[in-house]
Amino acid sequence: MSYRVHVRVMPRAGLLDPQGQAVSGALAALSFREVGTVRVGRAIELTVQADSKDEAEARARQMCDRLLANPVTEDYQVEVEEA
Amino acid sequence: MRTVAIIRFPGSNCDEDSLRAAEFVGVRAHYVWHRDTTLGGADIVILPGGFSYGDYLRSGAIARFSPVMEAVQAHAQAGGAVLGICNGFQILCEAHLLPGALVRNDRLRFASRPVRTRVERTTTNFTNAYQAGDVLTLPVAHGDGRFAADPATIAALEAEGRIVLRYVEGTNPNGSEHDIAGICNAAGNVVGIMPHPERVMEPVLGQVDGLGFFTSMMGRTAGSLA
Repeated sequence: MSYRVHVRVMPRAGLLDPQGQAVSGALAALSFREVGTVRVGRAIELTVQADSKDEAEARARQMCDRLLANPVTEDYQVEVEEA
Repeated sequence: MRTVAIIRFPGSNCDEDSLRAAEFVGVRAHYVWHRDTTLGGADIVILPGGFSYGDYLRSGAIARFSPVMEAVQAHAQAGGAVLGICNGFQILCEAHLLPGALVRNDRLRFASRPVRTRVERTTTNFTNAYQAGDVLTLPVAHGDGRFAADPATIAALEAEGRIVLRYVEGTNPNGSEHDIAGICNAAGNVVGIMPHPERVMEPVLGQVDGLGFFTSMMGRTAGSLA
């Protein structure tokens, strides 16, 4: 089976996110005054061959732990759908 | 005579400076390509600065899986001396040879200027030519230089005397925790620093404050070359 995996990598809560702060400041400069906190992360999409959705997710989590996210500074979320 | 291997990744750009710096102090040096699997008999490994693999994903994240890094891991685990400069420091953190991570500078600006740093640990293969407390003016050139780690790791680094180099208060160019500019592993044989000593080696370059990192490799003074 082929699955599409969506990985969302975000800076760990509590870690200073200067990119988010800069975007927040730029939005304020554009008069979007309703904006509070902004955080900037990264989205990665993969297609994965696996026998089951659970297997695809487990493999994707291994990919995150080893390469796609840095466990020291980032958190990730994995969503899997049938491709 | 000591032999230094300078590891070249695609995107390394301080490799020639590092080679010249080593040769300048009388250390034999050679390049090792990232696809190589041996270090050519080197006693010391330098991971030079640059933008390995274009800093894709995260600085150092892809370089750490280069074939040569297995040899570097084995060298480090056997107690061999390893110095990561700038991008090399980022690679050592990604490879878990050093704790923590180097993330985007706090003001998002690429910091490229001389900064004042203080040598805090002299019992390493790269700082034994200095005196503790020596203040060095060294250039930095990085966008991702803010050292970050969880509070327990930072506390351990402080308690174990593993902060090798620290930005002098008020001169921190990136917002790093505890003004950290360089650290070492628990054994002290693996050192990572953000500033570039290889750029301030000769009077013609305007400064010679970086010289000690390279003369230290000669093992001329206290501190043994593991």
